[in-house]
Order: sequence, then C-alpha cells, then structure tokens
Amino acid sequence: MAADARAIAPGQGGRLAVQALLLLLIVLFCVFPFYWMVTTSLKTQIIALQEPPAWIFHPTLSNYAEVLFDDGVGRTLINSLIIAICTTILAVGLGCPAAYALARFEFRGKKDLWFWFITNRMVSPIVLALPFFLIVRQIGLLDTHLVLILIYLTFNLPIVIWICTDQFRSIPYDLDEAALLEGASQWRIFRSICLPLAMPGVAVSAIFSFIFSWNELMYALVLTRKTAKTAPAMAVSFMEGYNLPYGKIMATSTLIVIPVLIFALIASRQLVRGLTMGAVK
Amino acid sequence: MTSRVRRRTLLAFIGPSVLALALIGIGPLIFAIWTSLHFYNLTKLKQVHFTGLENYVTVLTDPIFWDAMGRTFLLLGIALPVQIALGLGTALLLHQPGLGFLKTLTRLALVLPMATTYAVVGLLGQVMFNVKYGVVNQLLGFLGFDQINWIGDPDNAFIAVVFWDVWQWTPFVALVLLAGLTTVPGEIEEAARLETKSWWKVLRYVQLPFLVPGLVAVLILRTADTLKLFDMVFTMTRGGPGNATEFISLLIQRVGFRAFDQGLASAQAIILLVITIVLSQIYIRVFYKEVR
Repeated sequence: MAADARAIAPGQGGRLAVQALLLLLIVLFCVFPFYWMVTTSLKTQIIALQEPPAWIFHPTLSNYAEVLFDDGVGRTLINSLIIAICTTILAVGLGCPAAYALARFEFRGKKDLWFWFITNRMVSPIVLALPFFLIVRQIGLLDTHLVLILIYLTFNLPIVIWICTDQFRSIPYDLDEAALLEGASQWRIFRSICLPLAMPGVAVSAIFSFIFSWNELMYALVLTRKTAKTAPAMAVSFMEGYNLPYGKIMATSTLIVIPVLIFALIASRQLVRGLTMGAVK
Repeated sequence: MTSRVRRRTLLAFIGPSVLALALIGIGPLIFAIWTSLHFYNLTKLKQVHFTGLENYVTVLTDPIFWDAMGRTFLLLGIALPVQIALGLGTALLLHQPGLGFLKTLTRLALVLPMATTYAVVGLLGQVMFNVKYGVVNQLLGFLGFDQINWIGDPDNAFIAVVFWDVWQWTPFVALVLLAGLTTVPGEIEEAARLETKSWWKVLRYVQLPFLVPGLVAVLILRTADTLKLFDMVFTMTRGGPGNATEFISLLIQRVGFRAFDQGLASAQAIILLVITIVLSQIYIRVFYKEVR
C-alpha cells in the first residue's frame, strides 16, 4: 500500500496509540460474536440458562457429541457438503467455457447475455422458490440433493462466469494468435493454453460458489424435508419449543461456520471483488 | 481483444450455461407468471382457476405489501448510512500509515462477518439478544441500562435486525471504500496534505471523487441484498413480533408457504422482480457501460 510508505513524523505516538485502540475495537466488534458462539457451544444447558450469562465455566463437548450423533446434524453437514461440492463442480464446468467465450469471442447479444447473468445475482431467491417448489413437487423431486444442486446454479453460475471472464481477459491474446496460426482449434486453445493460466480465477470462483451454496437457507427450507436437509435448515429446526437448547444451537452453528470462515480467509483478497461482481477491484 | 467465430463454436462454449440458466431460471419464472394469473391455493388445489390480473390488483392495493416494502426501505435507510459512516471511518483508519501488523489483523477480522452463514447470524442474534440469558443485556447492564426486551418488542426487534445487518455488512463497505482510497494517486494525496492540515478537506476534495464508484456499488448492492434479506431475520424473529420485521422476502415466503396462497405470492414476487430488474439496469448503466 502506498500509504505505508509515508513516513511517520516524530511526536505522533499519541495519535498512533488512539489509532491502535480503534483498530482493536473494530477487531473485537467483528470477532466477539464468534467468541460467544463458541463458548456458548461449550456450555451445558444449565450454564447456558444462567442469568446473568457466565463467562467462566467448565467447558464440555457434550453438545457436539449430542448434535452430531443423536440429532443427525452430522448427516445434514454431509448433505450440505455433497450439495455444495456438486453444484460448484457443475458451475465451474459450465461456467468456464462460457466465460472464455465472453472474454474472447465477439457476437450479437453479448450485452444482453451479460445483463441477464448479473440480474441473476440481484433477484431475490423467493421469486424462484415459489415456482420451483410447485414444479419439483409435481415431478416428485422434493427433498432430493439434485434439486438444490440445480437451483444453486442460479447464483453460482453468474459468479463463476463473471470471475472467470475477468481472468481470461487478463491472459495475453498473443498466445491464442500463435496457437491459431499453428492450426489449433478454439477448444484446444481453451483447454491447453487459457484454462491452465486461468486456474487462480477458477479456484477463487469455486471457493465463492462453495461458500454461497453452503450458506444458503431459504431454498433448503422450502425444497427439503428430511433426506436432503442441509445443515443451516437443521440449525433452524432446533428453534422450536419454549426453552431453546442454546448450547446445541451454537454447537451446530459453529460446525456450519468454521469451514466457510477458513475458505473466506483463503480468498480474503478477492472477497470484495466477488461480492460486488467486479465493480470494485 | 476479441474475434468472431463460427456459430457452432460459439454455441459449444456458451450453449450449456445458457441452457442451464434458461431451464432453472426462466422456465420456473414463466410458470410463476402463470401462477400469478390464477387463484392457486395449496390447500384448495381443486379450485385452481384463471383470474386474470386480480392477484396483481390485490397486491398493488394491499397495505400489507406496501408496508413490507416500506419497512424494507426503512431498514435500508437506517442501516446503510450507519454502514457507510462506520465503514468510511474504518477505511480511513486502515489507510493511515504505520501499525502494519494490527492493520493486517483488522483486515482479516473484517472478512469474517460477511462470510458468516446468514442463518447463523440470526441464531446468534437470538442467543446474544435474549432478554434474560443474553450477553448484550449483561454488557448494557454494566453501563447502567435496564434489561431490554429485544426480540419480543416490535421496535427493539427492528433495531436488532439493524444491528446485525450493520455487524455483517459494515466490513464489506469498509473494504470497498478502502479499495477506493488506495486508487488515489500517492502524489496527489501528498500534495493535498502539504496544502492543508484538515483531514476533512482532503477527504472531501481529494479522496471523495475516488470513492464515488465504490459508494454507488455499495448503494446498489445493499439495496438488492435488502430486498433479498430473508435468512437472518427468519432465524432471529420470524418476521415478528406481529409483522414488525416482516421485510418483503419474508412476506412473500409467508403468503406462499404459510398461508399457502401461491397465486398471490407469485404476483408479489413478479412485482419484486420488476423492481429488481430496474435496479440491475441502473447497476449495469453505471458500471458496465464501456465494457462487453
């Protein structure tokens, strides 16, 4: 960053201290809910229902054991994993060639196509959830993995296409030209030259696709019941009744959130670009 | 650089994606339009019949729909300025020289809220904002406040939604604006700082022009995301108490899946879609005018 190159004038120690304090406050604000989530997940129901809340207590892993083995959260996590991985593979497989075409070919209707992809990012999922539910119920596919894998494409495919188009554009065109002169087909150029060079972008788009699918709740709530139930939908089902099992809810939440946070940290530099569909680099 | 290719090659590359999105995106949409023109109640499937634009007339004259719409934009109107103010402050802090390690730590911490599963944010809201066992009331108690019934009171539940929206998306605004700040050419900023000691003048006259694209992106994306907002509110308040936190996507979900009136819900969804498309148009006009 250019700002770092600016020298710090002497006598600015006080200002630096204030700045450091503010930064620490920001970190605390961001991280505290996670701290509370994890500690609550280690509390027994009795401690969780203490008032005022306990900060120091004997931690126990019993909530994790209970949700994973008695309540079937383990299976819903596997469902989430299957669905997120399949939809990501499908989105990358379909999206990469399309992105290549958008980056390299000239054709009519390109703008409209682009507009359509972006609109998919903006539309509320409830708009599609209604008809999808009726159709899927009609053809007997309710509560299957396949349905979620397909419907998640509506937001994953645009993301993959956007990020990869950008990546393909950054690859010098000379390589293509040289290969074309050699008589290589477009498909060959895509497979053997451009795709390997575009791998960083492909990987980032895959991470995004995974995170979005893993986090999704509304479609899962509407389109699954039992067999294909995902982990977020499972976490919600603990919310019934009067005395909520706080420890179990937070244990499930922790299990859901940890993988996403790891992926998000890996892709942290690209996160903003992905979330704005490239409007901000 | 781009080139013209034969139609068959082009289709081989983009055909599968377009076909997939058409089948899962456009197909159901057409069905939703069909549903919206019918009386279609899941508990009275034998009585499904064509009603023309009746559902649309109902929606457009229905105060519940416009209340939910108004509430959605009220949420945006309250949360977004807070996010921009806090986000800008954070971005300016991170743009200051020095404290390299702490700044890296902050940037990593900022990534966490926006990646968090929305449903989990709502669950955290339930746990932390609970009247009796919640840590938020405990902390407020240290500051001398009385117990506040967050989730059970209409106004407070709305504030709780604003709080979590701010928690989750201020980091996003901060990082977008920070990206804008780093596009200000170093020499220009240096020169400005030699001219004036006022950080406000530097911000207003030197940095702000570079922040405008980011601010517009934030405005449009936050608008779209607020119209989409469902998971976090559903898990925290279910749209309640009453309909104090029933935002537009929650309303449509309730009408379609808890009142089973698919026809009416579809009409609401189509109207929401039209609003979203208008917004996307603006988005494209502003950002992608020179490209593709």
